[in-house]
Amino acid sequence: MRGALVTGHVDPGGPGQAAAESRDPELAIASSGLTKRFRGGQLAVDDLDLAVPKGSVYGFLGPNGSGKTTTIRMLLGLAFPTSGSAELLGVGVPDGVGRVLSRVGSLVEGPAFYPYLSGRDNLARYDAADRAASPRTSKARIGEALERVGLTAAAKKRYRHYSLGMKQRLAIAAGLLQPRDLIILDEPTNGLDPQGTREVRSLIRRIAADGITVFVSSHLLAEVEQTCSHVGVMRGGKLVFQGSLPELRRTGAARISVRTPDVEAAAKVLRKLGLVGLAPADGEISAELGDDAPEKICAELVHAGVGVRGLSVETPSLEDLFVGLTGEGFDVED
Amino acid sequence: MSKTETGMTADPGATGPGASTGPGAATGPGAATAATDPPPNQEISPDGGDAGIDGQAPASVRAYGRLLGSELRLVFGRRRNQLLLLVVALFPLLIGIALKIAAPSGAAGGGNGNANGPNNGSAFFNQLAGNGVFLTFIALTMLLILVLPVVVSVVSGDSVAGEAGHGTLRYLLTVPAGRTRLLSVKYLAIVAFATTAVFIVAIVALLAGVVMFPVGPVTLLSGTTVSLADGLLRVLGVTLYIAVAMAAVGAIGLAISTLTEHAIGAIAALMILVVGSEVADDVPQFAAAGPYLPTHWWPMFDSLLRSPVDTTTLWHGLASFVVYAVLFCLLAWARFTTADVTS
Repeated sequence: MRGALVTGHVDPGGPGQAAAESRDPELAIASSGLTKRFRGGQLAVDDLDLAVPKGSVYGFLGPNGSGKTTTIRMLLGLAFPTSGSAELLGVGVPDGVGRVLSRVGSLVEGPAFYPYLSGRDNLARYDAADRAASPRTSKARIGEALERVGLTAAAKKRYRHYSLGMKQRLAIAAGLLQPRDLIILDEPTNGLDPQGTREVRSLIRRIAADGITVFVSSHLLAEVEQTCSHVGVMRGGKLVFQGSLPELRRTGAARISVRTPDVEAAAKVLRKLGLVGLAPADGEISAELGDDAPEKICAELVHAGVGVRGLSVETPSLEDLFVGLTGEGFDVED
Repeated sequence: MSKTETGMTADPGATGPGASTGPGAATGPGAATAATDPPPNQEISPDGGDAGIDGQAPASVRAYGRLLGSELRLVFGRRRNQLLLLVVALFPLLIGIALKIAAPSGAAGGGNGNANGPNNGSAFFNQLAGNGVFLTFIALTMLLILVLPVVVSVVSGDSVAGEAGHGTLRYLLTVPAGRTRLLSVKYLAIVAFATTAVFIVAIVALLAGVVMFPVGPVTLLSGTTVSLADGLLRVLGVTLYIAVAMAAVGAIGLAISTLTEHAIGAIAALMILVVGSEVADDVPQFAAAGPYLPTHWWPMFDSLLRSPVDTTTLWHGLASFVVYAVLFCLLAWARFTTADVTS
């Protein structure tokens, strides 16, 4: 499954290759060359090749205005792509939205309901719009969805009187009215207090535990880091990274640093092991770790008779990587 | 928006001093706040039930009925809209009372057969003292100028733009409700609401007329006297004719509503269009364009009040309404099914 992912910096490569990927049955969301140019000429989404594996919790990261919401709107058939194509659960969108969207729950740009209806009536309104929803089970399903987000007590309260967190949870309840295979959440914790954020996060975990693929966008890395198995990073309408979290970590060149009295000999061993970016200093040498295990390097050093006084691995935090990818940094630009 | 507001506040004056306070007070706050509405029913009525009783109906038809039921509950359950219907119901009563107080004595049977719109009112007034049935025609004639178009504008202008403004449109579409399906349900609900408003005017006016004025065989504008039953049949015909006219206005409103996410803008635009068309229709220099204006055929329902009935005019009018309805429904559809939902 992971093999289907485009790892590292996304190459806007051959469309043929991308098309082959989009037919992958293991992908919940696939797009190839998805592009949206607004009427004003602004390129909001630029040649996007998304690959969201089934069963993953995919964090769609990027600063505000990087094209996340526009992408989600195209995936859900709300906006029409200028070029390129996208598939949800193997069904092409926007042409197939009528068939596929009843299996997809979504929250786009904040909750939206009729302020003059109660929470329950609001859910009933959306349920009535669903061709695939059975009217017989409507009441039970609405009750269950409200229960799941903890809004049963407030079900008869008018939406206007809901707190922000309750509004958000009602929107998630609307996404859970039907059994879903995919949930798309756009900034689900936007504007929530820490308590609300935690509630939403645990809700995401519970949804994912049921085997549902979750696609969650955020401009906050911390949110994604705790819940997601995969990430896609957007910058200026382009996907600058896509892969699993460990893969993202690996792109941040972790450095191994060895404290030793014999820097010369240590450098020779490290070079022999194929490490690059050697930085010898006084009583210490560091190098890019790459895929090697640090304990193996340590063993090799000791084996070669190099005195090792200390050994450490320094990894840039995800925060550093994220900021680097999304452009505020200066060192990842290449 | 300032242009819009002057349009809204200036318009009620056109209906005459007696009527101006009513619609002005009702549409102003109602349309502007769109906020003071109770939930229609607390319980979710099993709307699929009636369709579900006969298991023969295909699932898609039943699902359509369910969405239509939901839309109708939304439109008719909203307090603002209920207030509009109440105002519409009060007008015939007020008109009846006013005319009762100022009733001209012994003017019955003044059948001056002038076909021009502006004179209808006075012709009807003369008939009223002799027959309460004519209160229906008087009320419909007066409310047709502004109040009924306002009612239809509010509901149709709000239909798509209101959903877009609340953001509920994007959730309906991702449910997925289906764009064409949703739009058709919206239009049916507009037609249902407009028809309800027209029938409320007719029925309240008829009841008030029966209570306040003598009732008997109806003397038509052409001077012929027909039986009361025949007269009531003509009342029904007139009511249906005006309902079709309002359905055409609703289609224009629906089309405008797909262009914006500001319901009040769509409502105002449609009102300006209606009033503009009425004014243009009164300018002699525009006479050639008159028959093509959306409001031109509205008062022609008086053709039903002559013997023989002027069917040519009636069919012209109905054809005009149907053409407007179809044209603007198509425009609404073309726009709604291709536009990005960005709200």
